[in-house]
Amino acid sequence: MSKIWQWLKTPSAKYSAGFLISLSFIVGILFWGGFNTAMELSNQESFCISCHEMEENVYKEYQDTVHYSNRSGVRATCPDCHVPKVWHHKVMRKIRATNELLHKALGTIDTPEKFENKRLELAHHVWDEMKANDSRECRNCHDYESMDYLSQRSRSVKQHIKGFDEGKTCIDCHKGIAHSLPNMATDDPSATR
Amino acid sequence: MNTINKLFLLLLLCVTAMQINAKEVEIQSLRGNYDLDELSPEPEIKRRRDSDRVKRQFGLQPPVIPHLTKGYKINLKFNKCLTCHSWENVKKTDAPRVGFSHFVDREGANSKKVAGRRYFCVQCHVTQADTPALIENTFKPANK
Repeated sequence: MSKIWQWLKTPSAKYSAGFLISLSFIVGILFWGGFNTAMELSNQESFCISCHEMEENVYKEYQDTVHYSNRSGVRATCPDCHVPKVWHHKVMRKIRATNELLHKALGTIDTPEKFENKRLELAHHVWDEMKANDSRECRNCHDYESMDYLSQRSRSVKQHIKGFDEGKTCIDCHKGIAHSLPNMATDDPSATR
Repeated sequence: MNTINKLFLLLLLCVTAMQINAKEVEIQSLRGNYDLDELSPEPEIKRRRDSDRVKRQFGLQPPVIPHLTKGYKINLKFNKCLTCHSWENVKKTDAPRVGFSHFVDREGANSKKVAGRRYFCVQCHVTQADTPALIENTFKPANK
């Protein structure tokens, strides 16, 4: 250990400062580019559904919804909603995703039954996160300041204006729009059997 | 009468005719006949795919649904309709409330939640679409 430290501390006698600076510059670019490329690769739908837990549960449900297929063909893929766009938020999310790798290895939700039993808890993780960040990922596309109330339906206009006045955020009302809702017996008993 | 006089008379006739015509046409500004300090009524906004509440056509008719229900699911885990129309939720949403009859099960007992036989809303309540009638018919509401 001390040998390595010694080697790091000793000035180079062989290489010029200019060479070392340009070398570290190039290595820096390669490292940073590689890091970002790898992160972007993990930011694609094909990566998300490479796990059967995602492909067979949430991805299938999402295919029935407006975020997958709609009139104008604009699609929101997994990372558009579940990975922040801003860099430091994105890195924080990626770090927390290591926990998901652990549970993949443990097989916590590797059957539809296990997934269904966990669904309420998992949904609450996402809802709480969106509530805390004021539905930031929704607002990447849905900005209420650019909403045209004339082309919304009458009930939507009423509810949107009321909700914004009360300081509500998207996820307060729009739960279960891209994936099937969990059993709502605890959250909204009046809407269940 | 000479030609000039004849022409003059014709011109006079034309002008009188135009004046009579002009009296019949009332000139109206684009915003209608309203004083400047008065507001003209707002034009009705035509919305597609939904309407105001639709009146019943006969007694005890299950009210029809005047909005889209695409993607609304009703299953063992939740009922999307009730997230607005349940007694708890109408306080927030201002939607019509589920009727009393819906809480009575087939044994005649009252339950706290919507009874099983009334749970599948769209068995009776039908989503409306603004489309021409498929067959010409002479149906009239019972109360008219």
